[in-house]
Order: sequence, then C-alpha cells, then structure tokens
Amino acid sequence: MRWLLQKDLKILLRSPSLVALLVLYPVIIATLIGFALSRGPDKPQVAVANLVPDSARQVQLGGQEIDLTKEAAPLFNAVDAVNVDSEEAAVKKVRDGEVLAAIVIPEDTTRKLAAGLEPAGIEVFYNAEDPVKAQYVRDVIKSQVQDANNALTERLAKAAVEYLDLIGVGGQFEIFGRELNVLGLQRSQEILEEAKADLPKNSPARAQIDEVIAFAQVARDNLGLSDDVLASVGTPISVKQTKLNGGSTPLSSFAVAIAVTVSLMFITLLLAAGTLALEREENAFLRLVRGLVSRTGLLLEKAALAAVCSAVVSLAMLLGLSLFVELDYGRFGYWVLAVVVGALAFAALGLAVGALTKEVRAASLLCVMLSLPLTFLALVPSGSVSPFLFDVVRAISAAFPFKPALSALDSALNDNGDIGLHLLHLMGLFLAFGAISRLALRRFAG
Amino acid sequence: MTLPSVAMAERVAAPERGVAEEIPVVIQARDLRKSYGDREALRGVSLAAGRGELVAVIGPNGAGKTTFLSILAGIQRPDGGEVSLSASEIGWVPQQAAVYNKLTVEENLRLFARLEKCADVNDTVQRMLDLTGLRDRADDQVGKLSGGNRQRVNIAVGLLGEQQVLLLDEPSAALDPRQRERVWEFILSLAESGTTVVYSTHNIQEAERHAQRVLVLADGELIFTGSPRELEETVERGSGGQADFEAAFVAFLRQNGH
Repeated sequence: MRWLLQKDLKILLRSPSLVALLVLYPVIIATLIGFALSRGPDKPQVAVANLVPDSARQVQLGGQEIDLTKEAAPLFNAVDAVNVDSEEAAVKKVRDGEVLAAIVIPEDTTRKLAAGLEPAGIEVFYNAEDPVKAQYVRDVIKSQVQDANNALTERLAKAAVEYLDLIGVGGQFEIFGRELNVLGLQRSQEILEEAKADLPKNSPARAQIDEVIAFAQVARDNLGLSDDVLASVGTPISVKQTKLNGGSTPLSSFAVAIAVTVSLMFITLLLAAGTLALEREENAFLRLVRGLVSRTGLLLEKAALAAVCSAVVSLAMLLGLSLFVELDYGRFGYWVLAVVVGALAFAALGLAVGALTKEVRAASLLCVMLSLPLTFLALVPSGSVSPFLFDVVRAISAAFPFKPALSALDSALNDNGDIGLHLLHLMGLFLAFGAISRLALRRFAG
Repeated sequence: MTLPSVAMAERVAAPERGVAEEIPVVIQARDLRKSYGDREALRGVSLAAGRGELVAVIGPNGAGKTTFLSILAGIQRPDGGEVSLSASEIGWVPQQAAVYNKLTVEENLRLFARLEKCADVNDTVQRMLDLTGLRDRADDQVGKLSGGNRQRVNIAVGLLGEQQVLLLDEPSAALDPRQRERVWEFILSLAESGTTVVYSTHNIQEAERHAQRVLVLADGELIFTGSPRELEETVERGSGGQADFEAAFVAFLRQNGH
C-alpha cells in the first residue's frame, strides 16, 4: 500500500492544476470568508439637515432637561451622516447620487415634542431607482427611527410619571423659572380631614367634605397605578427570548464550520473518486487486483490518501480563518478528530462514486452533482418546509456525511452538542459507503 | 480451480516450422466454460502449451478469445474447467497499456516490481530497461511515449514477475507497422529465452508469421488447434486447391459453419 500511496502522491504532484487548486482553494476561501465575517456592511451615506436651532435642541419635560441630539443618536448609528444646512441641499445630494438618502429634522421638532400635542415628524428622501438600495435605506431608517422613538418615549413616560406623582403627593415644581408649590391630593385629603373635624357634628357640609375626601382617596389610589400603566405604554411589547434547541454557536463560527465542511467534502470526494477512477482509466486496476493488491487494500489506500490530503487542507483553512474569527485553540484536538473522521466518511462516499465510474471526468462530475444538493438539503432550517418534507430532508441528510460532518465540526469548534455521537454517525457512514464501494468494485470493475 | 504445476508434467508436441519436437508443458487449461446469461462464451476449451512456445488464439469477433485469455489470466472465474497455474504464476499484458501515464518508464517499472515483490528491484528494473530497449527513455513519462514504446513498457510490466507464461491480449492492436515490428521483435526474444507466450490477435498474418501453434475459436468453441501450416493443409484437403493462410482460415470457418 505504501508504494501505491507514493505513486498516487507523485501523480498528484505532477498535476499542477490540481495541486494549485488544492493549495489555492483553502487560501482563497479562507481569506474571502474571513473578510466577509470580520467586516460588517458599509454604512450608507445619508445627508442630514438638522434645522432645529442650537438654542432649541434641549426641551424641558417633567422638570428634566432632555438633550434631543443625544436622544436621537441611534438614528445616526447605522448611517454615515453628511451634515447639510437646508432641506434643499439635502434633497440635491440625493438627486445627484452623492448620498443614498436624506433625513430632514424640521425646525419645530423640539417645540412639538415639548408640547406633546402632536408627534414631531422627520422627513426622509431617497432614490428608488435601485429597489435593493431603496429597501435597504427604508429598513435602516425605519429601524433607527424606531430605536430613537423608543428612547424618547421612555423619557416622556418617565416625565409623565413624575407629573402624576406631583399631583398625588405634592411638592415643588418649576415653570417659566418660577418655583411653585403643588399641594397634591395627599395633602388636600389631610387638610379636608382637619377641616371636617372642626365642623359641628350635624353640619350638612360634613357630607360634602366626605365626598371630596373619598374622591381624593380614589384619585390617589388610581394615580398610584399610573406608573405601571405609563411604563407599559413606553414599552408596549417587550421581548423575552427563550432558546429551545441548538447550541450557542456564534454566526461567524458556524459560517467557518460550513466553509470548512464544504471544502472538506469537495476535496475528499474528488480525490477519492478521482484516484480510484484513474486506476480504471489507466487500465491498471485489473493488473493491480490480479494479486498485486487486494480490492479492499486498494480502497483503503485511496481513502487514506484522500482523507489525509483533505484533512491537511481543511486544518490549514481553519488556521487561516482563525486570523479573522476567534476560534478556541484549546479544542484543536477536537478539530483534528472531526476533520479526519469527516474526511474518512467523505472518502468512502467518493470511493463508491469512483467504483461506479470508469473515467476521472465522469467521477468528478458525479461528485459535484451529488455534493451540491446534499449541502443544500443539510442547510434547510426546520419550519421552512412542511414537517413531513423536513423529516424526509433530515433522513436524506443523515444518510450522507455532510450534515454529521458539519455538526461534528460545529461541536469541535464551539463545544456545542455531543461530538461523540456525530463521530459515531460518521464512522457508521464510512463503513456503509466502504461496503458499497467494495461491492461496486466487484460488480462493475471486473 | 487450479492444478498444481507438478500435476501437468506432461510433454506436448510443438510443431516448430515443420519440425516436430516434444517439449514440457508449462500451462494447461482443461474444459473451460463460461456463460454470460444465456449466452455461452466458452464451451469446453482446453489448451496445453510448452516452454518457449508461441501460441496464437484467433477467431472472428465474439469467438471468446478475450474471455479465454481473461480466464487464463485469473481475471475472470470460469463456470467450469480448470487452469493449471494461478494468476500470480502467469504474466498478463492487457490490450490497452495498463501503466501510469504520469509516471516515467522507470517509475512504472519500479512501482510494479515492488508490488510484485521482486527480490532485487533495482536489478529487475535495469534488466527490463535493457530488454525493452528503452534505457534512453527511462526518465520520460509514459504518456509522452509513442504507442509502440508504451506497449513495450506494458509488456515489460507483465514480465516483471518473471513468470514462465506470458499472456498477451492483442499486443499489436492500434500500432503502426513499424511499431508493430518492434513489439514483435521484443516478444520473439522473450520466447527464445524460454517464456511461453499465448496471444490473441485479429491479425491473421501475425498468427501465421509468429505462432508455432494456433487455436481457432468460434462461438466459444475450439474448432482447431495445430500449426498454421496444418490449418492450410486441412483446408486444402477439403477444397482440393492451394490457399494462403488467411484464405485458409476464412475457408476453414466457412467449412465449420461459422
């Protein structure tokens, strides 16, 4: 087997395009994925015309001074703001294509906010020539306006609660620079109780004072509930998230697991199927199995060659990707285990393909045709198709190595799930496809 | 399925250009049968060939020549009958060159010598390079050689195990006359050195020119075994006229209903 391995490596090394592919593929893929994961999308350039005068950028609410520039900050987090002086200048920049959109904050914004009688409006201008860009701008601004609204609503609700507290229990209140003393319902009730005590017992005014005292009590009790009511108005829907299934894999690490598994699959399948088909294409197969090497030995040699080459390439890819995405080197042993066992399972599948074909080209084509739908099926999320169809998809995915290899690598990279179970699954597939390829060699290869 | 070599220590009459001599049998096949579904590809074909003998297997398309050689080579199992030698005791050269195009001549010889577990790999490779006359092309990749030279490497690989018997399936097919001549020089030199050569061919002139004995197969049946001259004589006796070997072969087939 040693001599056959040596021979196959020599042949590989004398195929410059294949070697270049094996070396360049992981480098290019790792770099591309690394850049994609480490760089967020560029912020769109948006013209901003803030027409609110500097002197009016702070409003008094509930005795508190609210800085609108600070409260509106979320609006500009997701955009690259280009400040302009007027609405016309903002619109011109959009028309000229210098910016994707323009946001105009009218002069009366703070006045409307302070008055609280009508919502303060802002205007957004954008080009809709490119539907994708238009949708992107709409989504970004809508989301950011919602964030700004939430922040302001919270501040306004807090101010309203303070006003209501003042009415309930009384206290100091400043308006137009003058300090006012607000009596409050609680103190009013106490005064009325004292006044009632001074009245003669048969005085008809007692009954009227009792009514006013009862009103003050009811008003205070209900105002006491207003804190909670206003808090829920400020945040009508709160989100509590509970994870039911799956681990805590960050998206970037999962993307790495997918990229490496896809590479592992392609390289192993193509090498295993290609080198076995080459023996038949070169007519050497029958010469070899006439007694020089057993069919099982030949299959094991091809599996070892494909698994070792693809495992080396995949581990190199992982190390390359670790420059961009944080991966836990402490789990390197698990990386190797997942990659090697996954490679063996893919190799066995590749051998089954190679045993069915007589030419390297046919074997390669069959591998690609098999790989793409398997990858697609393995990534179909639950709920995206009917339950029955999803069960079918799951069964198909379980019958081939991609899904378990992806799960094993995900477990290895992110300590997510039981890696042992996935490795056992892969070993089972290695044995099953190994047996199929052995039978196929007997049936189809003389 | 195989007989031990000692069990066939017989002698065979080997007509060599009109001079009959008795030589020890090296390979013997008895009553070989093979069917593919309902079709009988071989119907009880037997052969005994002596040391250094050149035996040609000829017949029309579909006669069973390749099946016969495949069974002798151990690539296919017969449904019935037996071969005296095991596959490892027979050198086999398939019709298509079974060597690696990306490896050099020497690397191919070295690889197969190692797989054949030759005692002295270097010495064997050097001998084969001399034997094939390809020493000056030893470092050339096989894929860059001419068809004739590639076939010489193919035959040399078949000889690496130093077996006494060499089976060749259409050794000169698809070669031009010059290349064919070089290959035959090589094969004849092997036979002269004592290797028993059994080859199939469609080229009747090649059978007449090089074989000491021809086996004529038709529809899986062995219908003649003898020297080319004996075949001509058989036809001449039947027709009353003289015929060259090719005409005699065609007439013989016709006489036998094929």
